[in-house]
Amino acid sequence: MKLTRRDFIKSNAVAAAASVAGITLPAIKTATAADGDDGIRWDKAACRYCGTGCSVLMGVKDGKVVASQGDPDAPVNKGLNCIKGYFLPKILYGQDRVTQPMLRKTNGKYDKNGKFEAVSWDEAFTIMAEKWVAARKAKGAKGVGMFGSGQWTVWEGYAAAKLMKAGFRSNSLDPNARHCMASAVGAFMRAFRIDEPMGCYDDLEHADDFVLWGANMAEMHPILWSRLTDTRLTKKGCKVHVLSTYEHRCFELSDNSMIFEPQSDLAIANYIANYIIQTKSYNKDFIGKHVNFNKTTTDIGYGLRPSHPLQKAAKNPNKGKFNKIAFDEYAKLVSEYTVEKASKMSGVPKKNLERLAKAYADPKRKVSSFWTMGMNQHTRGVWMNGLVYNIHLLMGKISEPGNSPFSLTGQPSACGTAREVGTFTHRLPADLVVKKDAHCKFAEKVWKLPAGTIPRHNGMSDKVAQSDISGKPMGKTLIHAVAMHRALKDRKMNCFWVMCNNNMQAAANMNEESLPGWRDPANFITVTDPYPTISAQAADLVLPTSMWIEKEGAYGNAERRTQFWRQQVQGPGESRSDLWQLMEFAKYVKVEDVWPEDLIAKQPEYAGKTLYDVLYANGQVDKFPKQKVTDDRGNEYGNDEMDYFGYYVQKGLFEEYRLFNSVPGIPKKGHEMAEFEAYHKTRGLRWPVINGKETLWRFREGYDPHVEKGSEVQFYGAKDKKANIIFGPYEPAAEMPDKEYNLWLCTGRVLEHWHSGSMTRRVPELYRAVPDAVVFMSKKDAKKRKLRNGSMAKIVSRRGEIVCRVDTKGRNKVPDGLVFIPWFDAGRLVNKLTLDATDPLSKETDYKKCAVKILKA
Amino acid sequence: MSDTDKKHEMNRRQFLGNMLKTACGVGLVGMGLGIYSNRASSLPAHYIRPPGALPEEDFLGACIRCGLCVRDCPYDILFLGEVGDDVATGTPYFVARSGPCEMCEDIPCILACPTNALDHGLTDIEESRMGLAVVVDQETCIAFHGLRCEVCFNVCPIRGRAITLDMRHNVRSGKHALFIPVVHSDACTGCGLCERACILEEAAIKVFPTDLAKGELGKHYRLGWKEKEKAGGALVTPDVEHEYNLPEGVRYDLQGEGLIIEEKPEETPFSSNPLNSLNSGFLDNK
Amino acid sequence: MVDLTTLGDDSIAAKGWIKAHKWLILRRLSQLGILALFLAGPVLGVWIVKGNLASSLTLDILPLTDPHVLLQAVLSGVVPETTAIIGVVLVLLFYFVVGGRVYCSWVCPVNMITDLASWLRRMLGIRTTSQISRNSRYWMLALTLILPLVVSGGIIWELINPVSMMFRGIVFGMGATWVVVLAVFLFDLLVAKEGWCGRLCPVGAFYNLVGSRSLLRVNASNRAECNDCMECFVVCPEPHVIRLALKGESKGISPVILSSDCTNCGRCIDICAKDVFSYGGRTVSGTKRSNPEVIKKQEVHI
Repeated sequence: MKLTRRDFIKSNAVAAAASVAGITLPAIKTATAADGDDGIRWDKAACRYCGTGCSVLMGVKDGKVVASQGDPDAPVNKGLNCIKGYFLPKILYGQDRVTQPMLRKTNGKYDKNGKFEAVSWDEAFTIMAEKWVAARKAKGAKGVGMFGSGQWTVWEGYAAAKLMKAGFRSNSLDPNARHCMASAVGAFMRAFRIDEPMGCYDDLEHADDFVLWGANMAEMHPILWSRLTDTRLTKKGCKVHVLSTYEHRCFELSDNSMIFEPQSDLAIANYIANYIIQTKSYNKDFIGKHVNFNKTTTDIGYGLRPSHPLQKAAKNPNKGKFNKIAFDEYAKLVSEYTVEKASKMSGVPKKNLERLAKAYADPKRKVSSFWTMGMNQHTRGVWMNGLVYNIHLLMGKISEPGNSPFSLTGQPSACGTAREVGTFTHRLPADLVVKKDAHCKFAEKVWKLPAGTIPRHNGMSDKVAQSDISGKPMGKTLIHAVAMHRALKDRKMNCFWVMCNNNMQAAANMNEESLPGWRDPANFITVTDPYPTISAQAADLVLPTSMWIEKEGAYGNAERRTQFWRQQVQGPGESRSDLWQLMEFAKYVKVEDVWPEDLIAKQPEYAGKTLYDVLYANGQVDKFPKQKVTDDRGNEYGNDEMDYFGYYVQKGLFEEYRLFNSVPGIPKKGHEMAEFEAYHKTRGLRWPVINGKETLWRFREGYDPHVEKGSEVQFYGAKDKKANIIFGPYEPAAEMPDKEYNLWLCTGRVLEHWHSGSMTRRVPELYRAVPDAVVFMSKKDAKKRKLRNGSMAKIVSRRGEIVCRVDTKGRNKVPDGLVFIPWFDAGRLVNKLTLDATDPLSKETDYKKCAVKILKA
Repeated sequence: MSDTDKKHEMNRRQFLGNMLKTACGVGLVGMGLGIYSNRASSLPAHYIRPPGALPEEDFLGACIRCGLCVRDCPYDILFLGEVGDDVATGTPYFVARSGPCEMCEDIPCILACPTNALDHGLTDIEESRMGLAVVVDQETCIAFHGLRCEVCFNVCPIRGRAITLDMRHNVRSGKHALFIPVVHSDACTGCGLCERACILEEAAIKVFPTDLAKGELGKHYRLGWKEKEKAGGALVTPDVEHEYNLPEGVRYDLQGEGLIIEEKPEETPFSSNPLNSLNSGFLDNK
Repeated sequence: MVDLTTLGDDSIAAKGWIKAHKWLILRRLSQLGILALFLAGPVLGVWIVKGNLASSLTLDILPLTDPHVLLQAVLSGVVPETTAIIGVVLVLLFYFVVGGRVYCSWVCPVNMITDLASWLRRMLGIRTTSQISRNSRYWMLALTLILPLVVSGGIIWELINPVSMMFRGIVFGMGATWVVVLAVFLFDLLVAKEGWCGRLCPVGAFYNLVGSRSLLRVNASNRAECNDCMECFVVCPEPHVIRLALKGESKGISPVILSSDCTNCGRCIDICAKDVFSYGGRTVSGTKRSNPEVIKKQEVHI
């Protein structure tokens, strides 16, 4: 960059002005001619962080990312980034990247209490395979477990699902999306029988009213918030309604601000439904044609251990069954939720609630509802998601531009990876589930495996118990994220592989439920990560990852947009991508190690083979020979996995995954993807992609080719093509403030850091901007405890304590009685405090509500 | 004159001569000091005084360079000027970019000051005026391009008053907003938290001494709407009501929206003219 | 002339090395000890004394403030805090009792530098001395007090005051302070004997005035024993203060050194093989109260 004449004059003008004022200016850094932009190769990639799915252009020179920019041609962000995206290159080059496998050792041998030492990949996988095979044999399907990620690339999630479900014959695979999106998934499946939002980001330009239900979009989806704000500024009559348990940055734009008592959102949503019915505003035609009414089983507990008193007290613990009812019965059920009751329970003034209800009930106003963790991390999260669908369905305000109940995602590929390719314990690719024998059989066929390979949820195929290498019947196989940590503590699971996330920092109730299992000598914990995270520190084997654009990848964002990128640089040292690790590890396990004889007998040609041979070198995944990866400008790109395995691994996996959506006889339609190559030519496509065309709004005739002509709307996930309105009442939170623990604790994120901060805290500028987590509390609450802004406070829950500074002035203005602490800070682990209560249906932890007390530190 | 007289005379002369020499010497030292002080007491723009510091000239008179404020700063951001620094030797300062004032509510630095160089009359830290933050470079500040940064706004301890975000339409992208940081001198304390936090390599927002940072409106001019707000009503008698020639269904709002075309009544299947129904009606549709 | 090569030998022979350096050692311990107290906080985290000689707070309760600095501030228009006033009163009282220039010889860090310069002068036999009157320091003192009144920019003397600068430099960070210290050292070594402390330093001048009626004094109580070795005159930083007390017996002058120029450093006590000198009060028991006129005469001799 040259100093232009104009710049020169300007900088001199500043200096001149300063000298006139008798003030010496600090020496202005002379603009030096940085290395010219010549020779930089630019290529697109999806941003590494949130579910928004901004596209960026990364500039590479001499094998290093030297520059970046927002992609000006990306429809989501049009060249813009948030502050984290601005620093994307720096997340690759933190000074403490792990570059070699590290194993805890003493005197040259693995030792649980040894110190980490660098080892070869061969040594790492040899000991790991030894432990895994032994655990699988001794403890059955739940003896081993993998905790994956909504930040995995699509094929990594797919390869992991295959390795665990088909290879190890274990459903002990869950992604960190369990902590994040599981409640949204649960509600999608209950209401529509098919996952993911029907709308797309264009709803942001078409709505008249925006309603935020527990989403701090201003900080967590910065670019989407920018679009929402623009609509609010430029569209006449556009209004923004914000619901939250504390005042956050979205309130800066809010026309109707509502701070509600935690958990009372259930009452508010039911009140709105009641208002719509009382005022007879509902869309009679729509509900007549497209909606079933139901009520769900109540008093379902809090997803705690069965021995927990709260769990014992519940009448129907973990029951998700819902029954069809008539409209009148539904109307009667919600009629209890009057504006008076909702206002009293929530603390929101009646006039605000009525204003919100009117916006939903006005047939002329298009309403888009957005939510994220406020609604998902909720012990009644599935219900709560459903209650918002109820409102939209009552009004028929769904599946059309601007009318959209929109569940936003927190991770870059919570949709694309965690949800679409089947990395949940209960799922298989493309919305198939292990609960259904037929779905498993279909998957086995696609994967060219003997029938009965995949463990069913209850261990029964064709009503016969599945045999297992342990010699015992397969038994029940489902185990979700929180239960995995409990199983490790109870030694029911002995091997655990955490990939592409930081679950020791992320999981709730760290002291009681996470650490004990990880550090138990009976257990062997592997963590795959680019950095020495809290999880890595608590592991026994740490495997270094080639992250993000150090490998070819694909992410799927919250509007069903699948985006690809090429491998643009090489990972440092001996780091290898998660994909390589999954596939290479499969070479260390023989079919005989994990499959019983009778299963091998069904496909004798698999005898003596490794899981790698059976799962990946299966004639499908290895179908596409090695080739050069190029762009249309003639640049060449690396592909380490292709070089190593000898075929186009990513393409093979993606095309095999595509079979789930394209071969004849697929059990569920609606997930069509375009061919592999098509994605390298676009800034993403929104599925279903049918005949090369993207789908913007699903379930609406004209927009969605799956909807039959003349039917207007079809919720084709369900057999009857109808959506479910499911009544769920208010039920209290698992732990509420009492005399001793007298404050609500809510946790969350900040704009500058992403999740556990393992990447963003290594960017010096972001670290400087927000160095440490603080506890946001009201001035009054602080004063009561002889604290003030800036003083150190000790926050204590029944499970642990942390110390951090008090912030009474900052970005989050909390009401009296509630405090907020972000969780990005590895130095202040807020999940020592949180309770591992989950939604009994989605098994997603409620990170937004537990009770704490605060003392002067 | 006797010898002794002479001797006395000599002594007197010598004495007077010595006096004169000494006086001249000391006078020269004084002049030199005066000139040096003029230079040495100029405060560089990036050196900021602790909260409550008197105007620079008074401050230099009042500060006895004891460093008690430095010692009592819980965040250790204060330094004493060293010989060779661009700030008067021994006087306390901080540099916002590396260590801004964290705005302690009890202002321990002021309490420590024995001489009122840091004004003990200042008890509310939010009333302090250490300087004024200025968005000095709108070309590099990424917020002006629509990127979602706002770090300065987020860290500002005078939340929502010292820095606000001016939301504007992003003409270039067509569907995003700009969140432009705007500093308000009536609330900004000049603590420098924004300057430290600025994520650019060279901060685009900087704290400057207020006189360098502030413009001044022509003394004659007032901003009308602000005067009206201050007065709680119009300064000049408002107009009598206006009336307009308008077609039906159209209103004119002089102070507000201007021309307002009333929305048509709720749609029904019927025309407003009964003849239309009578003349077409069901016979045509059978 | 005194033979500089054997300076102090008699004293050591008579009293032993330690006794012959007793007060020097104690002075150094005092000077370094005070620095150590101030440094314990920033270096060891043990906060006994905060601040520096200009103003300090001991154990978060005892304020001490330098009256000369504060006076400059007041002259520039400052109304000090009560703590500062208490601090000044305490300091004034102290030096009023023990002698103002005790500050110079027992507290001021520059003393170590100028003592070194003096010692080197003797060792190297440097005899240059410029014609700077010992009175100049009062002019300098006047200057420091006039400057705040006439020049904008405050207590200007503190911009270059080597005394506060050096102490502050050691406690808070030297920067280029060593240049100033070096200048003082070279000035004393090459330009003027006892040039800084004895002729120019306005801080010393100020304390000189503070302690002009101080109670603690050195006296030549044993002056009868004096063998005229003259070594006390060599080592004394203000040698003119000795003569009347030591040699004035015949004129009925008290053996008490009454001149406020005396820094109560005790060098004369150390160097004297005959133990002529000792610390004592303003009046010496056993001798008649001095004739006031004589006292006056003694004082005028400055």
